[in-house]
Amino acid sequence: MPTDPVIEVAGVTKTFAGVRALDDVDFTLHRGEIHALVGENGAGKSTLIKVLTGIHAADRGRISRNGRISTIYQEVNLVPLMSVAANLFLGREPRTRFGLVDRARRDAAAAELLSGYGITADVRSPLGTLAVGEQQMVALARAVEADADVVIMDEPTSSLEPREVETLLDVVRKLHEAGIAIIYVSHRMDELYRICDAVTVLRDGRNVHSGPLKDLPRIELVSLMLGRSVTEIRRHGTTAFGEDHHADTRPVLEALDLTSKPRINGVNVSVRPGEVVGLAGLLGSGRTETAKAIIGALPLDHGTVLVAGKPVPHNVKAATRAGISMLAEDRKTEGIIPNLSVRENIVLAALPRLGRFGITSRARQDRIVDAFVKRLRIKVSSPEQKVAELSGGNQQKVLLARWLCTEPRILLLDEPTRGIDVGAKAEVQALIDELAREGLAVLLISSELDELLDGADRLVVLRDGEVAGELEGDRLTREHVLAAIAAEVMDDADSH
Amino acid sequence: MTLTVTRTQWLQDNGVHVAVAALLLFNALFTANFLTVGNFRTQLIQSAPVLIVALGMALVIGTEGVDLSVGAVMALAAAVIPLYLGAGPVVAILMALTAGLAAGALNGFLVAKVGIQPIVATLALLVGGRGLALVIADGQLVQLHDPAFLALGTDDLLGIPISVLIAGALALLVAAVTNRTTFGRQLVAVGGNRRAAALAGLPVDRVLVGVYVICGVLAAISGVLATSRLGASDPADMGLLMELSAITAVVVGGTPLTGGRVRVLGTVMGVVLMQLVRATLIKHNLPDSIAQMIQAAIIVAAVYVARERR
Repeated sequence: MPTDPVIEVAGVTKTFAGVRALDDVDFTLHRGEIHALVGENGAGKSTLIKVLTGIHAADRGRISRNGRISTIYQEVNLVPLMSVAANLFLGREPRTRFGLVDRARRDAAAAELLSGYGITADVRSPLGTLAVGEQQMVALARAVEADADVVIMDEPTSSLEPREVETLLDVVRKLHEAGIAIIYVSHRMDELYRICDAVTVLRDGRNVHSGPLKDLPRIELVSLMLGRSVTEIRRHGTTAFGEDHHADTRPVLEALDLTSKPRINGVNVSVRPGEVVGLAGLLGSGRTETAKAIIGALPLDHGTVLVAGKPVPHNVKAATRAGISMLAEDRKTEGIIPNLSVRENIVLAALPRLGRFGITSRARQDRIVDAFVKRLRIKVSSPEQKVAELSGGNQQKVLLARWLCTEPRILLLDEPTRGIDVGAKAEVQALIDELAREGLAVLLISSELDELLDGADRLVVLRDGEVAGELEGDRLTREHVLAAIAAEVMDDADSH
Repeated sequence: MTLTVTRTQWLQDNGVHVAVAALLLFNALFTANFLTVGNFRTQLIQSAPVLIVALGMALVIGTEGVDLSVGAVMALAAAVIPLYLGAGPVVAILMALTAGLAAGALNGFLVAKVGIQPIVATLALLVGGRGLALVIADGQLVQLHDPAFLALGTDDLLGIPISVLIAGALALLVAAVTNRTTFGRQLVAVGGNRRAAALAGLPVDRVLVGVYVICGVLAAISGVLATSRLGASDPADMGLLMELSAITAVVVGGTPLTGGRVRVLGTVMGVVLMQLVRATLIKHNLPDSIAQMIQAAIIVAAVYVARERR
């Protein structure tokens, strides 16, 4: 490996609204290497990329770049209505002697260039008419053509078909041979191990590991990504009900054969009353999609959701009425209504039930909001405070309260402790336990393995949109989960 | 930092009231015959149709939408009235309101179910609605003679013009709907965060259709009152550029175009402010063209104050 660094970052720290997105990160990219950048949601990958490309300025630390950087984002950021050739040469079009764009020359050059990337489509057709994979290839070609020394690829294969993935990986290898350094962000273990030389693992904004990839066993890599939680939050054992008790209760939620290609494929999950079932797996393995499919917010190719044995029509309203509630992963865009008060956010879903003839009853709202603010220990100056002014943890409790006042039977929690401080985290986790003890069926999604191991009675492990294993009892261990995620068969996995 | 934020917030919330108070004070001091009952009557009567339209517009804007078709709906209402006035004023008014309801339902359908952006969906009716009104009226201005219908625009009740009473009552009603009903709170939630509202199981489509229907009906009421006051059905000119006056009043009143908040009192004051500005300038013998430019400056100032804080 050449030792000439093309990007060198030392001690970079970046804080957003009091949250440390990057904490004293060192990162070195050598000329010509393919460097995997991995980590769970919120680990700081995007922030690091944005600091590298100069979109964000670091609060502290040193960054040196010895070359041009070109970034290819997950969502192709080209102009869909312009022709392929126009996109390819956007901003550096060949000119005629009158200074006008030389279309003929441009189109010919584009066609020749793209054939090297396996694209035979008409370069004069609008980019938007190409398949996503082809568009990505155009973006790649554009990056290379712009004489980039470094290409950053953010989950380039997440929306590609298997065949397209192969083409893309071929192109990546070509770039590599041309001496271009690549930062490759992906969660697909297979791809990483096939093409990457080095790896950097981020967790909670810190660089927890940097080194050659081939020396690092798969299971070790997954373990580094999921990590131990920052602090020992609490040890609680499993929830109040014994395992046997669960075994003879009929599941209140049964999700059968949920399929929405390419995100999830034939996922089965069931949860009994009083049980916390964890959904484990890496980012992009289909955890959130499974929850969204259950609540009816993801169009399905096929699959059925049963509540207490009865099929539920596939839409959010019907699911809510049947007693399913979902705490969405993204509090900001899918949870809080920022300009409404804490009270209004809490009663939102239960509004029709708290009023009569469509007229809201303030007294009943106040009573219920009071009760939940006390019970969930939500810290507010008054229930009329705007929800946007609360801390992340308290916003999360407000959302929990919103669902609890609809008196659900099934609670889907997608990363309920993401981005909230340690103290609030422990409180939310304790609340989840408490709710389960009261008989609620809980489906818990978390990127933190320890949170799942501590909080769940049973784990369903997803990999690439399919169930890779179901673990309970003795097999509810870190090793088994990691093995299932990393797709390695453990010796004792079959003997149980 | 905190100080500027709170100051901006204060200006957003109260700027329109301050401006109205300042203009009233100015006129009381420097404008002859301003503090007279007759003058206030005139100002209020002229404000009533705009206010009624602006109330509906405020609700639509609260859902992160806009309704450009209100002027055309007023024209539709005006065109329908002479057709049914033979059957009595009540029937004629009901038919006019039905036209407004249908127009609103169409807007709501296009926005909520078809998923067309509000500005485009309602633009279609802005163009087509007036065309239809002209077709219905055969392009003619029709003088109206039904005394009961004309009384609506000219008579008083308890010393207050009927149209002003109706506008006031509607403002109270819209305020109550916004603040005290499930529908009103759902409306604000849909405007504040549509995805979150949908995931919370709110009937997003129904709320949107409802909002456009209300806006259409209010525009039709305004068209009826304006027609009655005019004493003639004039679909060519009725409600022309009303959408802009209404949007102006709403925005000046502090309702953000980004949705999630409806300020009914602010909207009322916004209408009053724009009316006062025009009246002031006219009384000081400045031409209408100057008034328009000053209105433009006020709009820019209002939007500047209301811009997103970062």
